[in-house]
Amino acid sequence: MPPHQPPGHRPPTDGRSFDVVAAVDPDADLHVPGQRRGWTRHRWVLPTIALGGVLGALARHGLEVAWATPDGGFPWATFVTNVTGCLLIGVLMVQVVEVGGAHPLLRPFLGVGVLGGYTTFSTYAVQTFLLVEHHPGTAAAYLLGTLVAAMAAVTAGVVAARAARRLARRAGRRHPRPQTRPTHRPEDTR
Amino acid sequence: MTGWLLLCLGAAVGAPARYLVDRTVQARHDSLLPWGTLTVNVVGSLVLGVLVGRGAHGGVPEDVTLAFGTGLCGALTTYSTFSYETLRLTEDGALLYAGWNVALSLTVGLAAAAAGYAIGTAL
Repeated sequence: MPPHQPPGHRPPTDGRSFDVVAAVDPDADLHVPGQRRGWTRHRWVLPTIALGGVLGALARHGLEVAWATPDGGFPWATFVTNVTGCLLIGVLMVQVVEVGGAHPLLRPFLGVGVLGGYTTFSTYAVQTFLLVEHHPGTAAAYLLGTLVAAMAAVTAGVVAARAARRLARRAGRRHPRPQTRPTHRPEDTR
Repeated sequence: MTGWLLLCLGAAVGAPARYLVDRTVQARHDSLLPWGTLTVNVVGSLVLGVLVGRGAHGGVPEDVTLAFGTGLCGALTTYSTFSYETLRLTEDGALLYAGWNVALSLTVGLAAAAAGYAIGTAL
């Protein structure tokens, strides 16, 4: 790899669309134009992620303490944490990737930090494992229920954020302000 | 009080660690599969499994659980990124990869938690 290229910029060797590789990972996306410099070189990126992670973890722990799961019970606190976190990342990623113009630290703070620290996979996996032996039904419901609800939530977040964006654009066309900046259509930036 | 502080410390390490591991792993693979997220989620599940297994049979101080379990492993692993990456694979038509991402994350994550628990019990 030539040294001047960011590591993620190797073209895929398997012949698939490069855009797909670029668009998928919200934590390691090096391909959003205009974000790249701030994203990789900003010296506040890691501290910002750390601060966000602390806030997210505190919120998760607070919910776990307030809503303790009885032995063998369905872990509702972690379920709700993960599902709400997925809803919010859907909204955030439309704002950051499709709308654009966000502060370069918005995604490290809210996406990687707060929502990454708030949601958890390890607790989900260990809770499921602990339920398997004596409560296999609850374990299966928790394992698959979280997956289905999380996928529905992230989809709902993305769809809602795109709809809100369309509404805002339509309202903007109906009442044009004298010196609005040119807006990017999400289709153009994807 | 120190417990909350330790939790914050663990999360302050875990979240940037996820970002760095994710970038490092992702940069080494051209595959559509989000290996970076899969890696942090599996590693975090393994470590938390060890802690919980050890806690069930030998006792682990609550401060250690808060710092390394709730803080570090909780912030190192993520469900939001996992679900968003799966959705993007689906939207881009890479349905097979979306399916693999889900299947691998769930089975390997669960196996890692179980293996960690066994290790923690044996320690």
